[in-house]
Parts: sequence; structure tokens; C-alpha cells
Amino acid sequence: MSDATQDGPVLAADGRPLKRSLARALRAQKLRALMLIAPLLIFILVTFIAPIVDMLFRSVENQIVSETLPRTVVALDEWDPSDLPEDDVYAALALDFYAATERRQHTRLGSRLNYETTGMSSLFRKTGRGVDDIGEIYTDQFVDLNEQWEDPLFWLPLVSDTGWLASRPAEGEDRPLSLFRIDAEFGASFPRAAEAYEVFARTIQETDGDDPAEEEPWHLVYAALYHDLMAIHDSGEGAEGLGRFDGPVFVAALEAVPGFETQSYRDAFEDIDEDWLDLEVWGTIEAFSDPFTAGYFLSSVDLQLTPQGIEAQPEDQRLYLLLFWRTLFMSGVITISCILLGYPIAYLLSNLPTRTSNLLLILVLLPFWTSLLVRTSAWKVLLQQQGVINDILVWIGLVADDSRLALINNQTGTIIAMTHILLPFMILPMFSVMKTIPPSYVRAAKSLGATNFTAFRRVYFPQSIPGIGAGCILVFILAIGYYITPELVGGRTGTFISNRIAFHISSSLNWGLAAALGSILLAVVLVLYWLYDRIVGIDNVKLG
Amino acid sequence: MTSDQTEAFVAFDRVQKSYDGEVLVVKDLNLHIGRGEFLTMLGPSGSGKTTCLMMLAGFETATHGEITLDGKPINNIPPHKRGIGMVFQNYALFPHMTVGENLSFPLEVRGMGKSDREGKIKRALDMVQMGDFINRRPAQLSGGQQQRIALARALVFEPELVLMDEPLGALDKQLRETLQFEITNLAHELGITTVYVTHDQTEALTMSDRVAVFDDGRIQQLAAPDTLYEEPQNSFVAQFIGENNTLQGTVSKMAGDMCEVTLEDGSVIDAVPVNVSAVGEKTQVSIRPERVEMDRSRLADDAHTLKAEVKEFVYMGDIYRTRLSVAGTEDFIIKTRNAPDQRRLKPGESIEIGWRPQDCRALDA
Repeated sequence: MSDATQDGPVLAADGRPLKRSLARALRAQKLRALMLIAPLLIFILVTFIAPIVDMLFRSVENQIVSETLPRTVVALDEWDPSDLPEDDVYAALALDFYAATERRQHTRLGSRLNYETTGMSSLFRKTGRGVDDIGEIYTDQFVDLNEQWEDPLFWLPLVSDTGWLASRPAEGEDRPLSLFRIDAEFGASFPRAAEAYEVFARTIQETDGDDPAEEEPWHLVYAALYHDLMAIHDSGEGAEGLGRFDGPVFVAALEAVPGFETQSYRDAFEDIDEDWLDLEVWGTIEAFSDPFTAGYFLSSVDLQLTPQGIEAQPEDQRLYLLLFWRTLFMSGVITISCILLGYPIAYLLSNLPTRTSNLLLILVLLPFWTSLLVRTSAWKVLLQQQGVINDILVWIGLVADDSRLALINNQTGTIIAMTHILLPFMILPMFSVMKTIPPSYVRAAKSLGATNFTAFRRVYFPQSIPGIGAGCILVFILAIGYYITPELVGGRTGTFISNRIAFHISSSLNWGLAAALGSILLAVVLVLYWLYDRIVGIDNVKLG
Repeated sequence: MTSDQTEAFVAFDRVQKSYDGEVLVVKDLNLHIGRGEFLTMLGPSGSGKTTCLMMLAGFETATHGEITLDGKPINNIPPHKRGIGMVFQNYALFPHMTVGENLSFPLEVRGMGKSDREGKIKRALDMVQMGDFINRRPAQLSGGQQQRIALARALVFEPELVLMDEPLGALDKQLRETLQFEITNLAHELGITTVYVTHDQTEALTMSDRVAVFDDGRIQQLAAPDTLYEEPQNSFVAQFIGENNTLQGTVSKMAGDMCEVTLEDGSVIDAVPVNVSAVGEKTQVSIRPERVEMDRSRLADDAHTLKAEVKEFVYMGDIYRTRLSVAGTEDFIIKTRNAPDQRRLKPGESIEIGWRPQDCRALDA
């Protein structure tokens, strides 16, 4: 035993601080405990937490626009949304689009943007087919001027970085070609052409494994070169502006370009599809150019991101708020039905002799042993218009044969079937709580003068609330995310938000929106849980 | 029986009770309890005492017979209309209510106004010295405190009859003794009739005006504590109340209010015949350990004595407890007061013991 010294930590017998000794003694124990839970922990992390985090991330992730059209996104920074973009934006778009087409990424981006503005998908597909013609007019004129312009080997030494050139494998040498690097001086003199050539060279290298030494440059490279030469011409520097590249071919080109026939990039895009002159198309691209977007979440609550800011969806496209509200409302109704039906059963079970109550408990659990699909399908048989229940009602005479009740493929059907399916989740926690309430409490209340009803209301019921609370949480949270039953018996008006999520996951493939809907559902459940904790107190929940 | 039927406050009249239709748990119970009396039902578990209490409270119905309260039959009155206060074994304080709310409950269900209620609650809590605990929850109280509150709750609506079902069973010895004393005092001060159920004979002896000893669904003896202890009517009561020595024998001579009993080894002792009437009957003789004398000079000259051998000596502080071998019995106990001149016996010692004939009762075999 060691006591605390006057002004220091308590020391163990060997003079070490007691706390450190204790930690050391417990470390092995903790490590062993950790190793015992490690398999489950890893399993949960990999199969549960990670997919959820990934899904949550998908709800805001939007890198596809900035990855596919990097130069366009940068060029659009200074765009005034009230007018069409400048021609250099179209130039950037042409280069990005050509590269995207070569990489076959333009259709993916098209379908992504189609979630926001309809028509984008077909526009992108159409543009993909026409983009390789942009700038052809310049190629022809350069080649007319000098056939050397057509020769890949004329271009290569001019534009390539000397280091990259030197590293090229020699003839017959079996060695991969390293990624193309542009010559810095060429870039200084002809910035647009340098950029275009670099995109060209790298794209063909990466997509098809081609060698720039064997491929004719894209028309866009010639168009860029034209604009560079025009800029030198306009600066009035003459051949001086060509820098190192003042060979006769370049000088001749410089002299010829003012006389070239021209076509602006915008006109070229207009030739492909007039929609490229539509401000909405550009607004959509600009609005979703950030790597992260609130767009999916806005769609989830019937809002949309437009170039003018956040707006409500058109009346006829609003869907999700209604679905969320319906999901919450119907889950509430199902929970209340479960309480009303389950409470008397739980009360009976907890007050019967153990033998009888165990037998009845098996009946309560019986539904768990049959397939969910079987149970739901059974309800279809019972509830349909020509089904058992309607037949009986008609036979009794309560309902006329020509006005049979619509009990299925609507909200009624969903509520009836789901109440049945979720009832055991309400009964079991209520039962286990009620079993712990000693009968002497009610006896005491009666001996003190309370009638049966008062004794129940003021003494028994308050003590059974923890069971109701646990049942409510279970049933409500299960109901809010239920999918199969509403899908089968819900029809059009009885489906839940989860059916919509499933639709976006498996049919429309809009995973971002599905993720956003799921995240909102998760948030709603957490908020409700928090509210429940504040109002009822989570300590008051007993599952057994 | 000290009170006759006309002035009985509570009366059980030929009451029988069976749960399954095969076994009678209570067999032909006749019991009259006077107003203001403190009556204890004492007996081993399964003897039917709690069933009797529950029938009186209204939670069980009598299979046969009639129970009257203040002259009115109550067989068909539901428990909440009987106006009987009850204290339960596990206190049964409502856990979701404070102490004040627990006490307020019986008054509220009687429709009493708020100011009246507050006065009564305060008085009841002061009565059990728990006035400061009005806003606590039962879970924040110790067992003894909970028991006090349960008592206050049973008394707050001023019932004339209070039933207590082993209320002190879960408490430690010291606390139990304090509360025994308090409950008795309170019951007598308030003049309420109390029916108290326990299996603890000390509790029954110290608290009650009269004790009903239950066994096998019948009252074996109903008497004041001293009578019960000193004059048990049968061997069950003699065994159940206090410590007791028994010797088996045969009645060999009847002489008026005295008899002689010949024990199995042939020795003869004097006894008071209680359940024996003729010579030749088998009997079980009962002598209290503290009534056995070792000093021949303190006995009458013609008293019969027995030879005994000391087997074991136990020092218990206030008394010495000595186990002897007497007339073929190995566990004959005597108790002697720890007085300055008292001799401590040693195992193996041979002594002579005897007793006043009136302390030795010849009971049923």
C-alpha cells in the first residue's frame, strides 16, 4: 500500500505512479477484450459503416462535371449568366468535349446532368458525334498552305519537350512511351495550340495507346494555332512574335492567317445542336460545376438549383415532400394501431400463468417463422376486391356487391399489412416490461381505494410506459424504412419513401438522389429519436 | 377468546378457502377480532395466514363462510370499497410517484380537496418521522424509510382497520426491532385495529395483543403472547413458539391436575396434563430450557429429578446454553443466566436436573 505523498501523485510499491501501474496492469486485459471484439468490429466497419458513409458521400459528391470538363468549368468562372458565354468558353468546351468523347465519358456526364435538366443526355450524345468536325476548316487551310502541317512528324519535334523526345524508345525497342510533355517555349509562343496539342497527345496515348508521332493532330489543334497566330498578327510584332519558331513554314502561316476563312466555336456548336445557344444548358453546367453539390438534397425536398438560385420544383414534378410526409404519417398510424392492438395482448400475456402465456407467446412469434413475402401475399388474398374479407362483407350484407371496399393497393392495405407484420415488435417489449410490474402495486392501489380503472390508469399504465416507448421506437423506425410490404400492397398511394429510394438505386440509377433521400430519412429518424429522448427520456425505454 | 361475538369488529365465521377445488388452504376458520386490537397471524409458510389476510382485504374470495367487518358482511364488497389500509411485504410504493404523491393517492381517489390533502399528508409523514422526504422518490429511500412511508400511506386516509403482510421481512434485525416498537405504539395511539401477518415468532410475541398461531389451515391456538409461550395447547405451538425441550413418554398416573409420565428409559417425571386424560396414553412432554433447574435445593423435596450428562457448552453473552443428554435424548437444552455465581458446566460432567411440575406440560404425542 502506498499513500499519496505531500505534493505528488500516488505511487505504487515500486515507485512508479500508481495510475501508470494501473494502466499497465489493465492494458493486457483491454487488448484481449479488443481482440475478442475485433472480428465483429471489422465486419461491421467493412459491411455496415463503410457503405453508409459511402452512400452519404454520394449524396453530395459531384466531381463528374469538373473532372470531365475541367477547362470549361474554369472558363465559366467569369461568365455572366444573363448572356451566352464568350467564344473562349466554347473553345474550352470543344477541347474538353473532344477529350471526353475520346474517353467515352460524355454520355455519363449527359445522364448525370439530365437529372437536373431534361434533354441534356441527348444533347451530349449528339454533340459527341459532331465534335470531331469542329476546326476542320482551319486544318484544310493550313494543309493547303503547306502539306507539312499534315505530317505528325513535322509537329512532334516542334512541340515536344526535349527531354521527352530523348526518352522516346528507339526503333524496335520494346519499352512503353512515357506521357507526352509539351515544350515550354512552344507553350509561351502558342499557348492555345500548346494546350490543344497536349490534350490531343495525352488523350490518344491514354485511351488507345497511340503514339503522337503517328497520328495527325485534331482539327482543334489547328483551330487553336490559327487563333494563336492571329493574336501574334494582331499584336503587330510580326515574325518577332514567333520566337524560336520563325522557320519559313511558320512565317508563311503568320502571313496567311488574316486571309483565312473562319468559323467561331460558338457557330460550330450551333451547327451541331442549337441547344448550345440555350442559357439553361449553360446554367445547368455552371450550377453543377462544383465538386460538391446540394442538388440531390434540394431535389429530395422538391427544390431545384437553377442559375437564378434555389427554386421550388414545378408543381407537377413535386413528389418527395409528399412521400416523406406520407411515410411519417403512415408510420405513425401503424405505430398507434400496434399500440392499440398489442397492449391488451401484452397485458393478458403478462398476467396469465407462465405455461399458458408461453404458449400464447409462441403464437405471437409465429409470424416470424413464416416468410415476410408469404404473409404479405396472404394479405393480398384476403384484402382484394374479390377477396375473402370483401366476400364475407357482401355475404353478410354490410357491403353491396357493386361497391366492394378497396382494401388493398392503397394506404389502407399498407397500414393493415404492416400493422400485422410489425405487431410482434410492439408486443414483445411491452410484455417484458409488464412482466416486471409486481401485482402488489395494483393491489396496493385498490386497497387505497382506487377503482379498477383508476388503479390501471394511475398505477399500472405509467409503469408500462417504458415498454410502450421501446415498442414505439422499434415499430416506428422499422416502419419508416419498410420497403417490401408497401411495394406489394401499397399500390400508388400507399408507397413509402423507401420504394422511391429503391427505384433510384435499381431503375433510374440516380444513386446520388437515392443517397440524399436516404440521408434525409436517416436524419429524420435521428431527430425523432432525439425528440423522443427529450420528451420521454431514453432511460425510460426497456426492452426486457 | 377475550371478546365475544357481539362486539367483534372483524369476524371470520366458518371460513374455508380452496384454490383448486381439491385442497383446502383454510379449513373452518373462526376468528373474532375486537375493535382496537392488535392481532398477529403467525405460522409457517403455507399455513394459510396470508390467504386469510387477502380474503379480509378482498383480493381473494372465501370459498365458504362469511367475513364481517363492523357487523356488515363484506364478501361481496370489492377491495377498494372496504376502506382497509394495507401494508405490503415489498412495500408496494408506486415507483413513478414521489412520497407525497404516494400519500396523496388514497386521498385523491376519495375526492378530497388539495388543502385537506396537504394537511393530512404532512400529519401522516410526521407520524412516521419522514416529514422531510415528501419530494423523494421511493427508489431514493432505504428499506426502513420505504416501510415507514408505506405505513404512512396505509394510515393517511384514516382507516379503522390496517392489514400488514410481513412488512418487516426485508429489513435487518436492528431496524426491525425499532419499527416493531414504532408500529405497535402508532397502532395503539391511533386506536386502529391491526391484523399483522408474520412468520417471525419474536415479532408476534413482542407486538401483539393476541396471536393466532396457524398451521395446516387452522388456528392452533389463539391467545395473548404470555399465555401462548407459557401454556401452549399442543405440541405444534410449543415447538413453534420459542425454544422447547420435548421428551416422549407414557402417562403412568393421573392425580387431579397433575400427572406422572414414565419416559422411555423408565424414569418418571411430573407434568401438567394438557392433552392427556387417561393412564396409558402416549404423550410428548414439553419443558422450556430456561425453566430447568440444576440446583436440587430450589426444587420441592418430593420432586422427581433426572440424571443428565453435559454434551456441549455454548457461551452466548447474556446466557449460557448447555446441551445435555437426558433420558435417551441427545439434544436437551438448558439456558442459564450469565450471573456472577453461575457455574459453567464442562462437557462430560454429570448433573441432576429437575423442574417445577407446572412448567412441564404433557401434550399430544
